[in-house]
Amino acid sequence: MLYMSVFVLIPLAAVVVKAFSSGLGTLWSSIDNTLAVRAIVITLVASLIVAAIGAVMGTLVAWVLVRDSFPGKRFVNALIDLPFALPTIVAGLTLIALYGPDSPVGIHLAYTRAAVIVALLFVTLPFVVRSVQPVLIELDKEVEEAAASLGSSNLTTFRKIVLPALRPAIFSGAALAFARSIGEFGSLALIAGKVQIASIVIYDDIESGTEQSAAALSVVLMLVALIVLFVLRRIGSRIDR
Amino acid sequence: MTVSRRTTLSLRLVALVYLALLLLLPVAVVFWRTFEHGIATAWSYMTTPAAVSAFWLTVLIAVIAVPLNTIFGVGAAMVIARSKARGRAVLDALIDLPFVVSPVIVGLALILVYGQGGWFGSVFLNNGIRIIYAVPGMVIATVFVSLPFVVREVTPVLREVGDEQEQAAATLGASSWQTFWRVTLPTIRWGVAYGVVLTTARALGEIGAVLVVSSNVAGSTLTLPLLLYQRDSQIGSQVNTSVYALATELAVLSIAVLLLMTMFGSRRETSQ
Repeated sequence: MLYMSVFVLIPLAAVVVKAFSSGLGTLWSSIDNTLAVRAIVITLVASLIVAAIGAVMGTLVAWVLVRDSFPGKRFVNALIDLPFALPTIVAGLTLIALYGPDSPVGIHLAYTRAAVIVALLFVTLPFVVRSVQPVLIELDKEVEEAAASLGSSNLTTFRKIVLPALRPAIFSGAALAFARSIGEFGSLALIAGKVQIASIVIYDDIESGTEQSAAALSVVLMLVALIVLFVLRRIGSRIDR
Repeated sequence: MTVSRRTTLSLRLVALVYLALLLLLPVAVVFWRTFEHGIATAWSYMTTPAAVSAFWLTVLIAVIAVPLNTIFGVGAAMVIARSKARGRAVLDALIDLPFVVSPVIVGLALILVYGQGGWFGSVFLNNGIRIIYAVPGMVIATVFVSLPFVVREVTPVLREVGDEQEQAAATLGASSWQTFWRVTLPTIRWGVAYGVVLTTARALGEIGAVLVVSSNVAGSTLTLPLLLYQRDSQIGSQVNTSVYALATELAVLSIAVLLLMTMFGSRRETSQ
C-alpha cells in the first residue's frame, strides 16, 4: 500500500488538488474554453471510433486465428503482440514512414485525424484479439453444430450462438482499447500534427508552465474515461446476464 | 459451424491484409529506410555518443524499475489472491489506475509532488537530491506506468491453483518463507516471467510520462525514445536516416522482447 501511495496515489491526488487549488471558478474557466472542449471532444470521438473498429476487426482477426488454419499462422499470432512490445514512439514513426510525406506508396495520411485513428488502432490492436481468442478456443462447437443441424444458417448461428458468448470478451477488450486511446501520447506525439488531442494539449500546457490548466484538463479527462469505462462494463455485464 | 471455403478464405484475406497494412508494412518500411544508405551509415547513427548514452540510460531505468515492480507485483498479487484483509478489494481496484491515466498526466502528477514547489519537492531539493528533470523522476515515472503488469499476470494464476498445496506444506511444518520459495513461486513462475517481459517492454518504450519529467538534455537525461522524439521534432516533417536508425535500434530491442513474450506466453498457457 505504501508503494502504491508513493508512486501512484499521492501524485494523482496532487493533480486533483492542483486542479481545484484556485477554486471552482478557475477550474471551470480553464476547461470552458474552446481549445479544451475541442480537445476533449476530438479525443472522445476518436477513442470511440477506435474502440468500435477495434472490436469488429479484433473479433475477425481472433476468429481467423482460432478457426482457420494456414501456413504462417503462428507467426501472425506472435505478430499480434507487436504493438505491446514496440515503443509507442516507434509505432508513430512507422506510420509516418509508410503514410507520411515521403511515403513509398503515395498515401499521405500523416498529421490528419485519419492518421490519429490509424495510430490508435495500431497500439490498441492486441486488446480485443487477446481477450476474444481464449473464449473462442473454449467455445463448445457442439452447440453450433446443433444449431446448424436444426437448420439455422451460418449467419443466424453466429448471431445467436457465437456472438452472445463472445460479447463480454469483446466489450472488455474494447473498453481497454478505449481507455488506452483516451490517454495515448507516445504514438500520437509525432503523427498528430495540428490535431488537438487532449494528451498533447496537456503536454503543451505543462511545457508552457500553465500547470493549473493542465491539471484541470487532466481531471476532466480522467473523469470522462472512468465514466465511459464504467458504462461499458455495465453494458457488457448486462448483456452477459 | 461449417463455414464455406469462400467465406473462410475471404475472412482470412481481410484479417491478413488488415494486419499487413497496420503492422507489418509500416515496420518494414522503417527497416528499409534505415538501411537505404547501407549498414555502415545506419550503424554510425546508432553509435553516436548521444545514442550510446541514451541506450545505457534506457537500460539503467529498466534495470531499476523492473525488479521493483516485480517484487511489488508478486507481493500485491499474494495479498489480492490470498489475504482476507480489508484493504484487499481497494488494492485490487487501484492496481489498474496506471492503465487508465494518461502518461502525460503521470508526468504532471510527479512534477506536482516531487518538483520544485511541489508537496515534497523542497524536502529533496534541500538535501541536494534532484528528482524532477533528472533520472530519479524518470525512474519513478517508469515504475508508475509499468506497475500493473506483474500483478495482473500473477493474480489469476494464484487464484487458479488455489492454496491447498500451500496449506499442505504448512501442515508439514514449512515456514511461510519456505512455502513461498518451494511451493508458491514455482507454480507462478511463468506468470511472473510473462509479467516481467511486459513490464520490460513498457519500461524500454515509455515516452509520455518520462518526457514530461526529463530535462531533455542529450547525454544525461535522454532515453532512446526521448532522443528519437527530440530528433524528429527538430527536423520537422522530413524524417531522415538518423531517426530511422534509432527507431530500428528500439524495434530490434522490442522484437527480442516479443520473442520472449511468445515463449513465456505459451509456457504459461500449457503449465496452467
